[in-house]
Amino acid sequence: MKKLRQWLFHWQQWKTPLLPMKRLNVRTKAFALTVILFSLIVTIYGVGILIPQKAVATDFAHAKQPPSWQHLFGTDNLGRDILVRTLKGMSVSVTIGIVASCISAVIGILIGIAAAVGSRFWDSVINWLIDLIMGIPHTVFIILISFALGRGLKGLLAGIAATHWASLARLIRGEVLQLRNQHYITVSRRLGKSGSWILIHHMLPHLVPQFLVGLILMFPHAILHEASISFLGYGLPPEQPAVGIILAESMTYLSAGMWWMAVFPGLVLVLIVWLIDQLGENLRRVIDPFHAQE
Amino acid sequence: MCLKAKDISFRYAKHQSWIVQNLNFCVEQGTCVGLSAPSGAGKSTLAMLLAGYLTPVEGEILLNEKPLSKKGICPVQLIYQHPEQTVNPRWRLRKVLEESGQISEELLAALGIESAWLGRFPQELSGGELQRFCVARALMSGAPFLICDEISTMLDAITQAQIWHVVCDEAKKRNMGIVVITHNYHLARHLCSQIYDLHKIQNTEKI
Repeated sequence: MKKLRQWLFHWQQWKTPLLPMKRLNVRTKAFALTVILFSLIVTIYGVGILIPQKAVATDFAHAKQPPSWQHLFGTDNLGRDILVRTLKGMSVSVTIGIVASCISAVIGILIGIAAAVGSRFWDSVINWLIDLIMGIPHTVFIILISFALGRGLKGLLAGIAATHWASLARLIRGEVLQLRNQHYITVSRRLGKSGSWILIHHMLPHLVPQFLVGLILMFPHAILHEASISFLGYGLPPEQPAVGIILAESMTYLSAGMWWMAVFPGLVLVLIVWLIDQLGENLRRVIDPFHAQE
Repeated sequence: MCLKAKDISFRYAKHQSWIVQNLNFCVEQGTCVGLSAPSGAGKSTLAMLLAGYLTPVEGEILLNEKPLSKKGICPVQLIYQHPEQTVNPRWRLRKVLEESGQISEELLAALGIESAWLGRFPQELSGGELQRFCVARALMSGAPFLICDEISTMLDAITQAQIWHVVCDEAKKRNMGIVVITHNYHLARHLCSQIYDLHKIQNTEKI
């Protein structure tokens, strides 16, 4: 027993220099992880864009092949490599997801601030609008907007952007209303600072994390909506290899035993969403002042 | 110059009872005046009224016979009892100080603020350390009147003495008027040339 205790003591003495990561500041570590995750996502995205159209050409000689070393994810009913097609589709879906959720998040933060600092009349108008948007099922609303704008990429982007801002706007409105009565804001006013100065310097640091979290929560929503609307035929045209289209196609062949057509693109989608979620989590840690000096 | 409260009355909502009623009060520049009253008597409300955070329902606050201006740096600065509520938790303390103007190294040294603290966030400092920043911020704004609402209640005796020394020195140097609101009668006796009882300067009979 005594020997064990001695050994433990020695081990504890040794442990610290063996794990240099432990010594790193939480912020530094989070920042490093953020950079790594960001470059990983950009790499996947870049690879998808750089793949030439020729690589996803139909090749009936190799159709319906299960996963092998030559085709890691297998091939589909037209002989296209699913790995290449998924990567290409991922870049399309990520573009739509990022653009739509960015537009939506910006709309959300602007409308939220407007509701909180504007007159009582505009506050109730905006609240009514938020209730209206949140009350209509998103899918129906997106189909309506997408259809009215002539389907395709433009209609889909407008549809997703127009429906996803509401919950973030409500969150931001509450946050601003709460901040307005904080002592440090009233002190700032008595120190002669203008409303816009207070908004930028005092409030934005509180709103940016909310904004980022909102953006990240919106991202998988946007991709899934894009996929479902494309699946229903109101979104992207079928020749565009978006993840939604690939998954929709795989549905037809799933009963024929071609599981790889659905599983691998699905896994890649989950991986990308998870990576972006981790990116947001680390970014929050970098911004968060509560652990700055650890 | 003198800061004057003329017949002021205040209540938070129409159906609620008066917190401050027909109060008359005056601080000359260059003097230090104490205010004492039991808890809940409206001392903090009066402090906020004097510094322009609240507007009196009746009567007015006059600085040199003119109402307080809403724009620019308010010539009456208030230091609160709870310093952790008056600094933005997402700001480093250097920015907190810069908000009121040029940082004066001399003042920071007198208050015992170490330069390493400037790079920290508020939650990494204790209440007493934060209160020094709030005092420094109020003094650096250059306002001729300072209202200290229980600013040293949460501090140990040595820190209290240090902070009050700095405040009184600065006040003497710049000929400032100071209102000290405190429970500590001995402290008020020591600092102030005059101590008012909040109940005695209100005329509750005249409604």
